[in-house]
Amino acid sequence: MKIHEYQGKQLLQKYGVPVPFGIAATSVEEALAAIPKVQETAGTPGVMVKAQIHAGGRGQGGGVKFSKDKAAAEANVKAIFGMQLVTPQTGPEGKKVQRLLIEQGLAIEKEFYLGMLLDRTTARVTVMASTEGGMDIEEVAAKHPEKILKHAIDPATGWQDWQSRILAKQLGMSSKVGNELAKFLRTLTRAYDELDCSLLEINPMITTKDGKVMALDAKVNFDDNAMFRHKDFEALVDPSEEDPRETEAKKWDLSYIALSGNIGCMVNGAGLAMSTMDIINFYGGLAANFLDVGGGATTEKVTAAFKIITSDPDVKAIFVNIFGGIMKCDTIAAVREVGLKLPLVVRLEGTNVELGKKMLAESGLDIVAAADMADGAQKVVAAAKGAR
Amino acid sequence: MSVLVGFNTRLVVQGMSGAAGAFHAKQMVEYGTNVVAGVTPGKGGTKVEGLEKVPMYDTVAEAVEHAGANTSVIYVPPPFAADSILEAAAAGIGVIICITEGIPARDMIKVNYVLKLQYKNTVLIGPNCPGVITPGQCKVGIMPGYIHKPGGVGVVSRSGTLTYEVVGQLTKLGLGQSTAIGIGGDPVKGTDFIDAITWFNEDPGTSAIFMIGEIGGDSEERAAAFIKANVKKPVAAFIGGQTAPPGKRMGHAGAIISGGKGGAADKKPRCATRTSRSRRRRPRWARRSRASSDEVGEAYESGFRRSG
Repeated sequence: MKIHEYQGKQLLQKYGVPVPFGIAATSVEEALAAIPKVQETAGTPGVMVKAQIHAGGRGQGGGVKFSKDKAAAEANVKAIFGMQLVTPQTGPEGKKVQRLLIEQGLAIEKEFYLGMLLDRTTARVTVMASTEGGMDIEEVAAKHPEKILKHAIDPATGWQDWQSRILAKQLGMSSKVGNELAKFLRTLTRAYDELDCSLLEINPMITTKDGKVMALDAKVNFDDNAMFRHKDFEALVDPSEEDPRETEAKKWDLSYIALSGNIGCMVNGAGLAMSTMDIINFYGGLAANFLDVGGGATTEKVTAAFKIITSDPDVKAIFVNIFGGIMKCDTIAAVREVGLKLPLVVRLEGTNVELGKKMLAESGLDIVAAADMADGAQKVVAAAKGAR
Repeated sequence: MSVLVGFNTRLVVQGMSGAAGAFHAKQMVEYGTNVVAGVTPGKGGTKVEGLEKVPMYDTVAEAVEHAGANTSVIYVPPPFAADSILEAAAAGIGVIICITEGIPARDMIKVNYVLKLQYKNTVLIGPNCPGVITPGQCKVGIMPGYIHKPGGVGVVSRSGTLTYEVVGQLTKLGLGQSTAIGIGGDPVKGTDFIDAITWFNEDPGTSAIFMIGEIGGDSEERAAAFIKANVKKPVAAFIGGQTAPPGKRMGHAGAIISGGKGGAADKKPRCATRTSRSRRRRPRWARRSRASSDEVGEAYESGFRRSG
């Protein structure tokens, strides 16, 4: 689960992580009203206007601007709010800016990259840091892997101050700033743990001219599996950032991801669902979605899955690939319920597979039965081409 | 003739009074698995419908003491699953198989740490996995038993239904399995490919190994390097998710291409070229830039049959 920068900063602030003073706004009026308040609280005229969308690379797309005074800030608010912000992560169509963060401008001495995430190989949460702050860190990782410093967190003790001291030396910080870094990381690592984060990225983390360490940006992602411990995070979801079909799928405990092709897929199991996409591709088609109905699917769940798949106007044919044999009746009932008009190829494997095939054949529905996965993939690719 | 589970397995089912636990316990008994006990806190001394012969206990320690359990399978909901794994380890269970899907990474980091530190001889399979089956002997998990067939292929997989697909195709080709291990789709897990491949490599009942991987992480890449250095038996590999877009979690918490890493394109060349033995013996799979799971079966046939 992803949240906005301003929400991330509010959460981190509760743990004592130093962040610039800022006010979030959901309209131009709110944003304009926030400018003098930020200037007054900070005691300086400089103001940052930052577009709040989930995608990264906002600065490159013109969604983050420094304004030296009130007039410039007002002009930037009007320019950025409502713009279709295109960044390397939004895709060419961009993302409409509907929220802004108005923040104090700071006298930056140096910018650093700081990230925390799970390293699967060591099964430890790992702190990554680099002097190449503010840059695209993936580019740094590719070109200069030696410039990314990594320190693992011991699950028994948590992050320790001595690790911060080593890191401060590696980053070329003074003794005094090193102590500030230790304070900063003490709070940040605690936040990562207690909030059940899956990613915490501060890019840039800055040192100010008066020797402070601050989080100038905050990218906070949560572990979806831990949401039962954080019911309050539901309020942080911005529906405009979510694909409506993915949101609907979540309600039914379906795992759905929209893709760019025209063949709708319904599969049980994530690995088989991915391989189904692959095999459709192999036979010259393109999947319109990834959809894992999971185990123990009911008629209601399968019906919801069909509705979600068919709500994508690009879908020209549907491939149901089920290994497990628990869904024969449900599939038929769901097809009736939805009144499916598109070509449907069904491959069922599992207990009583013959009975299932007989039921499909006698259902009177226009269903193409497939002998196996490859057969089904070829048939659905042909059906999608015929429908076009 | 097998690894992890077999005729010697004495199974305790943690969470047996729950819907999933009860359903799969019955299926396992039907398959012939020696289910000796069930555990649900607060349900000690009660009976589970359809499993009246299996005694219920409050703790795994009692199941070990009174029923002689040596293996556990966990169907406990995510908030309580980490506790269940550690309870089994503390009770002296040797093989813990955790089916539960959706355990927070924070919990699993701690579990994994404690197991590696204090219970070095305990094996954890999973979580978020279909379980382990030695066909004809013992089924521990949720996989459909009838698609399996006793034989010599050791199967190890990060996926559930994709494993069934592959096993089903192997069986149709007449290639039985020594043991099929689902290691699970989570980023932090007890057993990785290298562990399972090591067991299969040493198992006299296993003559060939099939590894089923998917996008995300670098387990497959590391396994490929290990196979090249250590494994003498033929190995075939399949990677799911070749058409998956970056940055999207494909169902499994572990299946995500991030930071430009973990894509099928990263895994395939390594699996194809480093496992030189399997490349030589599976010309069709290695030659193609894209392999489908249907071809995996054919690859197996053309490769192992000829070599064997």
